[in-house]
Amino acid sequence: MSNPESPPSLYAAREPVFPRRVKGTFRTLKWWIMAVTLGIYYITPWIRWDRGPSLPDQAVLVDLANRRFFFFMIEIWPHEFYFVAGLLIMAGLGLFLFTSAAGRVWCGYACPQTVWTDLFILVERWIEGDRNARIRLFRQKWDAEKIRKRAIKWTVWFLIGLATGGAWIFYFTDAPTLLRDLLTGQAHPVAYITMLILTLTTFAFGGFAREQICIYACPWPRIQAAMMDEDTLTIGYREWRGEPRGKLGTPGAGDCIDCMACVNVCPMGIDIRNGQQLACITCGLCIDACNDVMDKIGKPRNLIGYLALTDETRERAGQPPKNVWSHVFRVRTVLYTLLWAGVGVGLIVALFMRSPIDVNVTPERNPTYVLLSDGSIRNAYELRLRNKQGTDARFTIAVTSDAFVTLSLEGVDGLTVTVPANETKSQRVYLTAPPGSRAATSERTDVRLWVEEQGTTNRVYHDTIFNGTGE
Amino acid sequence: MCAKPIRKEPRQVETTGHEWDGIQEWNNPLPRWWVWVFYATIIWGIGYTIAYPAWPLLKEATPGLLGASTRADVAAEIARVDAANAAIKERLIAADLNAIGADPELANYAQNAGAAVFRTNCVQCHGAGANGFAGKGYPSLIDNDWLWGGTMEDIYLTISHGIRNTTDPDARYSMMPAFGKDGLLEPDQIAQVVEHVLAISGQEHDATLAAAGATVFAENCAACHMEDGSGDRTQGAPRLNDAIWLYGGTREAITETVVNARFGVMPNWNTRLSEDQIRAVAFYVHGKGGGE
Repeated sequence: MSNPESPPSLYAAREPVFPRRVKGTFRTLKWWIMAVTLGIYYITPWIRWDRGPSLPDQAVLVDLANRRFFFFMIEIWPHEFYFVAGLLIMAGLGLFLFTSAAGRVWCGYACPQTVWTDLFILVERWIEGDRNARIRLFRQKWDAEKIRKRAIKWTVWFLIGLATGGAWIFYFTDAPTLLRDLLTGQAHPVAYITMLILTLTTFAFGGFAREQICIYACPWPRIQAAMMDEDTLTIGYREWRGEPRGKLGTPGAGDCIDCMACVNVCPMGIDIRNGQQLACITCGLCIDACNDVMDKIGKPRNLIGYLALTDETRERAGQPPKNVWSHVFRVRTVLYTLLWAGVGVGLIVALFMRSPIDVNVTPERNPTYVLLSDGSIRNAYELRLRNKQGTDARFTIAVTSDAFVTLSLEGVDGLTVTVPANETKSQRVYLTAPPGSRAATSERTDVRLWVEEQGTTNRVYHDTIFNGTGE
Repeated sequence: MCAKPIRKEPRQVETTGHEWDGIQEWNNPLPRWWVWVFYATIIWGIGYTIAYPAWPLLKEATPGLLGASTRADVAAEIARVDAANAAIKERLIAADLNAIGADPELANYAQNAGAAVFRTNCVQCHGAGANGFAGKGYPSLIDNDWLWGGTMEDIYLTISHGIRNTTDPDARYSMMPAFGKDGLLEPDQIAQVVEHVLAISGQEHDATLAAAGATVFAENCAACHMEDGSGDRTQGAPRLNDAIWLYGGTREAITETVVNARFGVMPNWNTRLSEDQIRAVAFYVHGKGGGE
């Protein structure tokens, strides 16, 4: 088989993007969001929260070793993981809500990839200069100036990456202790390895991969298409106003003077005038750039702006666009809000209805029952008693059933055990049915095991069964 | 820079010449990066077989330059765990048998170590649930009836030395005579004493035979099983006036026992288990429900 045509290359080299500096409403908004999100990220692990002597005093802590998740006044045990699932569902619904109302606001303003890339570009601009200087440096040979500037830039990026990875591990163990251990080289190797991996990924993603993560790696641009409709606000170019493009003063030309400002500021390296596209993260910087130009040439603002597809039809027909709020408050967004709030209210209610004590019962299944010397039938159960409080507690165990059974505890006289603060205690208990009694002879009897904390009204139960001989 | 829409020439793709219903089979080249990854895995594979055990030879595989051995890993892991447990094992050996439960850390260790020992060494006869095999002579360890006693000390001694074995002179020992086989009792006497045993254990019986059997019992059985049939733990004579039967409580089973006697054997474990293991498994058994 011979083919004179060489096979087409399936690889396209990345075309570097050099976003120009821009000023305006959306840029200011983005600076604020960056400050707040980075602030939350770095400060959170250092907030202290007093929980008494037996528990860590870190406000937000994922304590994997002891299987606890602390979030201010909330303490989540592994069996309460549905809280985390609920929070994830809320995060998903929130993302749907924001996307259906205002497009990819998450991508454009709050996504860590966007925030860190923005930070890295800020550093880049600070060291290497603005767009034109950076393009010049990019084309320049590797002389002393280029090596110096690149070395400084990469060092600063690396330090930012180190701080990013460093902050992450503080969420998993006591921050001040870990910082001291890190500095003295005594921290666990896992801490160093995690830090190194996150440092390198931050460095690579923020410094080099940038928009490629959004375009090729992230699934959200694909999913979001299903979340948007013709009423969703998104960034668009008023082509009916701008076209045909031409230099200022050209007869018959539209408002767009083809100055390329919108393209030059774009961190994704796209032209918004080509319409909605997958690569657009709707960060709003082209709006700022274009408004700046429109002000200078004395044309009305918002040649590029937030608009919905329905507005486009109206504006083309010469009608004013719909009110912004009519885009935001729609059946769809209200539905998302209700669902979101429903899950939220459910979680809060569940949070306040949690009992500070808890019991799990595992009936012994091998054997299902034991014949005792006097002919009684005995069943064994493993109880896991949880005391989710900061002080030791005395738990009294009781049983209720339609049939007569008596309760006794392994290794304990009486029916009361002490469960230490914030611990789970295993206790084996026995139910015994007298010879020939209903429970002893029937195959199964429903029983309810109660656990009551002494001196409080805390009481929980667990339903289980008593196995008899079935004769 | 990137503003220009990318225009590409129409693709020129080699075809295999196969065509069905207008659908052509094309021959696209693999992506370049994929091909390089493929070559890289081959190189990696060659390096791997040099570094790690790989090529099977007649007796064993090539050991590999790195000297990796999962057997050695297991041995090292066992040694590591043994070293880590050395201190608590010392404590377990030194502890008073009845004080183990009062120390939560020691109790936790003994419970888990004992469960492991039990699963490996004891379940063959006593069952995974420690309930024995009723009627087959393997006693349940979780009921409240004990042949030789159910305190920590009793259980510890039983495990250490075993029962009726010939390998440990300190083994618990007793022997029931084969009343029928050795001609110690006449068949009608045996029938009478069996009815008596049925009577004292609360089962259906022939009252006339049982009354006669009471005399036979007092003369032949009461020395070990006591007048009332409550048994004697010092000589491992089972209690007869309750609901639990080691070899079955039916008329046939009891007759068989009286005629041919029973001789249950348990090995001594002091030569197979270490002191800390015996203590741990004694604690485990004691906590399963029958402990006294």
